[in-house]
Amino acid sequence: MFEKIMLLAMFLLSISVVIALYRVIKGPSIHDRILALDSIGYIVIGIVAVLSIMLDSHAYLETILLIGILAFLSTIALSKYMERGAVIERKSDD
Amino acid sequence: MNAKVTIEIVVGILIMSGTVMSLLSSLGIIRLPDVYNRAHASTKSATLGILCILLGAFLYFFYTHGVSSIRLLLGIVFVFLTAPVAGHLIIRSAHRSKVALADISVQDDLQDYLDSEKDVESSSTTS
Repeated sequence: MFEKIMLLAMFLLSISVVIALYRVIKGPSIHDRILALDSIGYIVIGIVAVLSIMLDSHAYLETILLIGILAFLSTIALSKYMERGAVIERKSDD
Repeated sequence: MNAKVTIEIVVGILIMSGTVMSLLSSLGIIRLPDVYNRAHASTKSATLGILCILLGAFLYFFYTHGVSSIRLLLGIVFVFLTAPVAGHLIIRSAHRSKVALADISVQDDLQDYLDSEKDVESSSTTS
């Protein structure tokens, strides 16, 4: 029963990744795509947590923290690039 | 009804509620009309869903393996702190690069504020 619940959770999380991918492909503006990719990153964190419960091992839990940090950094870099045209700005000379 | 069955029920409820919330946030991403409404749907409910899933995983490993995983707790704190900030940054850059609101929206106070700020800046530089 517990394994079936975990399988169902995995299936529903995969469905939600596919639904968010629709917005990544079709989104009218760049910001829709960034938002949907950010949301996909968080859903992948949940997929890793459910997978580590299914495999009954706590060897994959570092990956959760790692994916969280990478999703946050990439989202910040993309939105800063869209706002100011550069990710790392140069120091002004004056 | 021993302790293992109880833990499995609690973890199952937490993980299913988190999964359903993630699914609802994805449905909100494709159903809502503009990028601001989509950010409203995706950041809040995806954050709460992921927090439920990670809390369920933490309880599972705490009671079956006896491992209190610090990484999962740090992951919970990190996702809870950074997901709203990421949504705020995306939406601020969307509004500054003038992504249009949906047709049914009636008022944009922030645009008026940005315009008045720009007028003040231009008048101060010219004077």
